[in-house]
Amino acid sequence: MAVKLSLANYRTDLHNDWCPGCGDFGILSAIQMALADLQIEPHRVAVFSGIGCSGKTPHYINTYGIHTLHGRALPYAIGAKLANPELTVLIAGGDGDGLGIGVGHFVSAGRRNVDITYVLYDNGVYGLTKGQASPTLQRGLKPKSLPKPNINDAVNPIAIAICSGYTFVARGYAYDTKHLKELIKKGIQHKGSAFIDVLQPCPTYNDIATKEWFGGEDRIDPATKKPIPRVYKMEDEGYDGEVRDPSEAAEKIQAAIMKSFEWGDRIPIGVFYRNPHIPSYEERISSRIPEYLENYPAKQVIMDANNHPTARIEDILNEFRIL
Amino acid sequence: MGLDKISWMIGGAQGTGVDSAANIFSRAAASCGFYVFGKREYYSNIKGEHSYFSVVLSNSKVRSVMDEVHLLATFDSETVVRHAWEVVPEGGIIYDPKLTSEKITNIPTIEKVVKARILEQLKKEGLGETVGDVIEVAKRNGVRLYPIPYMDLLRRLGDRLGGLQLSTLARMTNVMAVAASFTLLDLDENKLHDAIRHIFKAKAKIANMNIEAAKDTMEYMRESFAGDFTYKFKPMEADEERYLINGTSAVALGKMVAGCRFQTYYPITPASDESVYLEDHEVFPVEADAATLADNPHQAESEELNGRGSIVVVQTEDEIAAITMATGAALAGARASTATSGPGFSLMAEGLGWAGMNEVPVVVTLYQRGGPSTGLPTRHEQADMLFTIFAGHGEFPRLVIASGDIEEAFYDAIKAFNYAERYQTPVIHLLDKNIANSTMTVGKFDYSNVVIDRGKLITYWNPDNGEYKRFLFTDDNISPRTVLGAPNGVFWNTGDEHDEFGHITEEPTTRVRMMEKRMGKLETADREIPDSERVILHGNLDSPYMIVSWGSTKGPILVAMEYHSRTGLNFAFAQVKLLNPFPAKFLEHLLPRYRMIISVEQNYSGQFAQLLRMRTGIKVDSMIVKYNGRPFSFSELRDTLKKAVETKQPKIVTSTGA
Repeated sequence: MAVKLSLANYRTDLHNDWCPGCGDFGILSAIQMALADLQIEPHRVAVFSGIGCSGKTPHYINTYGIHTLHGRALPYAIGAKLANPELTVLIAGGDGDGLGIGVGHFVSAGRRNVDITYVLYDNGVYGLTKGQASPTLQRGLKPKSLPKPNINDAVNPIAIAICSGYTFVARGYAYDTKHLKELIKKGIQHKGSAFIDVLQPCPTYNDIATKEWFGGEDRIDPATKKPIPRVYKMEDEGYDGEVRDPSEAAEKIQAAIMKSFEWGDRIPIGVFYRNPHIPSYEERISSRIPEYLENYPAKQVIMDANNHPTARIEDILNEFRIL
Repeated sequence: MGLDKISWMIGGAQGTGVDSAANIFSRAAASCGFYVFGKREYYSNIKGEHSYFSVVLSNSKVRSVMDEVHLLATFDSETVVRHAWEVVPEGGIIYDPKLTSEKITNIPTIEKVVKARILEQLKKEGLGETVGDVIEVAKRNGVRLYPIPYMDLLRRLGDRLGGLQLSTLARMTNVMAVAASFTLLDLDENKLHDAIRHIFKAKAKIANMNIEAAKDTMEYMRESFAGDFTYKFKPMEADEERYLINGTSAVALGKMVAGCRFQTYYPITPASDESVYLEDHEVFPVEADAATLADNPHQAESEELNGRGSIVVVQTEDEIAAITMATGAALAGARASTATSGPGFSLMAEGLGWAGMNEVPVVVTLYQRGGPSTGLPTRHEQADMLFTIFAGHGEFPRLVIASGDIEEAFYDAIKAFNYAERYQTPVIHLLDKNIANSTMTVGKFDYSNVVIDRGKLITYWNPDNGEYKRFLFTDDNISPRTVLGAPNGVFWNTGDEHDEFGHITEEPTTRVRMMEKRMGKLETADREIPDSERVILHGNLDSPYMIVSWGSTKGPILVAMEYHSRTGLNFAFAQVKLLNPFPAKFLEHLLPRYRMIISVEQNYSGQFAQLLRMRTGIKVDSMIVKYNGRPFSFSELRDTLKKAVETKQPKIVTSTGA
């Protein structure tokens, strides 16, 4: 590549209308930084999103940006990736989008293990519709817009992702952009479905899981007089979610799910689980259509110079021939 | 009037080989030289419920089934009880004499209301309540009876072949019923053997066993009933290639030719067969001749691929994923489609709107079945038409094209993709159960003159022309379209209103221009698509009676028209194929010439008649409708068209078919 791509190559000049202090800004920067680090040309990237504040992400990134329907970003993204497996495909979606209205697609996508990277903006509320409870809000909590405490239990995005078949499952924190950037890079480089749950404080509607709360500002270490952050990096404590041999998979999955229930005083971020031994959907297709990766659907030549079809169905038609 | 059609029927419990038997019969009869049309009727059930297959044979093209049955082939009680009534005088019933003592009330799969009706009729005849009593009624009506002692013949066959259990052999009664039919119709035994081999091509042993059973049956029939059956005539020698194909396979083949390389689906009757067929044929030859290749950036690589094309078929988690995934693939530049039926299409409405909003060429193949809700899952109806035209909230363009028969379905499948890419909008290809599950003899699908029109598709944007705008305002309202991955072609999509780049806007003047751009594409389509592609005229156009219709009613309408023309009652028939944009101007000119306009369609409310009035102000004089889940038969339209002319009744409802 002749010219080195800089962060500016991944930015658009649109006015960004997220609330000041929104965690979304950190995620947006992390995505742009990851793409710049990996030097993937903008036209080779497609970012898909659903509905909600997170849904606007593609408009702020100078790559193909597809802002889809509520809860449906995954099937759109998968369709694009399977039609052109050379694309780098990212999904940016909210917790309500992916685990509420779109949860059927979320689970089903895991079964396929298509080579995509899904970044979940996880803030416990439906921000754009004024703060209703989202599927990741714990029961009994009452962020300021709720008239009554949340009546539903929360889902565990990490555990669902692992049990659904995602082969790279991680959690990041929107205010630790550098760490998040590295997770996104690892997700993109992973050959299979990568899921990154991002703790993303909503400064307007979630007055419980705030930046201050994640940062532990309510609990000052008497010795150092500094806050004791709730968020910590698992890798710093020797946690290793990598499946190095297929025989380890069950054990690693169990450990990751156990880890995913850690919440409250200590909230782990980093890679919970990665299994590179499960074939991607693209590899599964290739086992049936040997030329798939070289001659994928979007690449096939379907007509000749006279605009006549190139497909030849005579052999197949013979199955039906009578006379 | 001489006999020009033979109507044959076979029935039995689902899972006992009714389909295989009908396929063998159809194929064998077609290879004798007959034109064939076959219709399958079945319950939403895996095993046990009654299914039947009607087949019409003729020496000229057959387009429809008829109510009258000339020869009824049975190997169970229920088929006799249900269908013996449909057999015409001098017609025949093939049956198992061992079953005649069975009481009708003991057949669990006949609905109570049907049993009551049949018992009432038997009572009127002064008869009892057994299968034999039903046969007695047929006999009184002059129907000829052909009892076959299936089990005796099979026992002898078992002895002859050695070592075979009677329970294994008993599975062949379906083929024996076909063989008996072949003897009565005096058709070539070798063609029957060939067809048996073809249908059981994966199981040579079973094929051979069935051929032996067929031979024994034919020998028995010749000895017992030589020359007895009168409804028969010789097939004429065919001088062209002929194919026997069903609707879902024809559409699948059309998609391959069209260049569809990505198909999604969620299992649903009767649409799934198309996707399963495509998946079964996911790799197929393409002609990658360097000299004739279009200007394609991937030409060189493609040439190395030994001429192999392929289609990726994905079974999705639901129909929402089916349409959105296909749309994603279309964004990446593949010709993409999904196939579904009414309930699935309901789920697709939001995705359809997104594709309309973002001008994505995606094709939805919709096989209508009986609605509403789950409705009649395995039965026929044409009640989704208005929904296809108006599905989705807000206003966005879409084209709706309806095929009249299996042959049209092949070519229309190709056309659907051309429309989609030319007008950058979703296209709904409207079919129905009657096309999906019927089989028909057709000539060779000739696609040598088919042209693929990719519209304003570009795979590269020259930055010298300025920044690329996906939704650039143009004179014909259609913008140059890049695809995901195209260099310099980056664009944005959103379901929100957007500017030319595809970024969200709520600015009112841009909103107005974008609405006009999107909806204006329909006007472009209306201007560009020739009338000949939109309306097909049949029959005697100088007649005072004009039939207007759409979809698979074409077959029985044409056959009924042909029947009446022999007695001097002529009809003209406008078959409307493009339902949106509606050929309003053309019909506004054409229809006022006629004294009487009769609409024919298979729904309760006369949806086409409503659409016609909405788009042209023209009100039909008589509406023939049917909504009992069974397609119009030729006989039914023969009678009701005449009735419409004679009585000028504004609405005629018909309901034949079991």
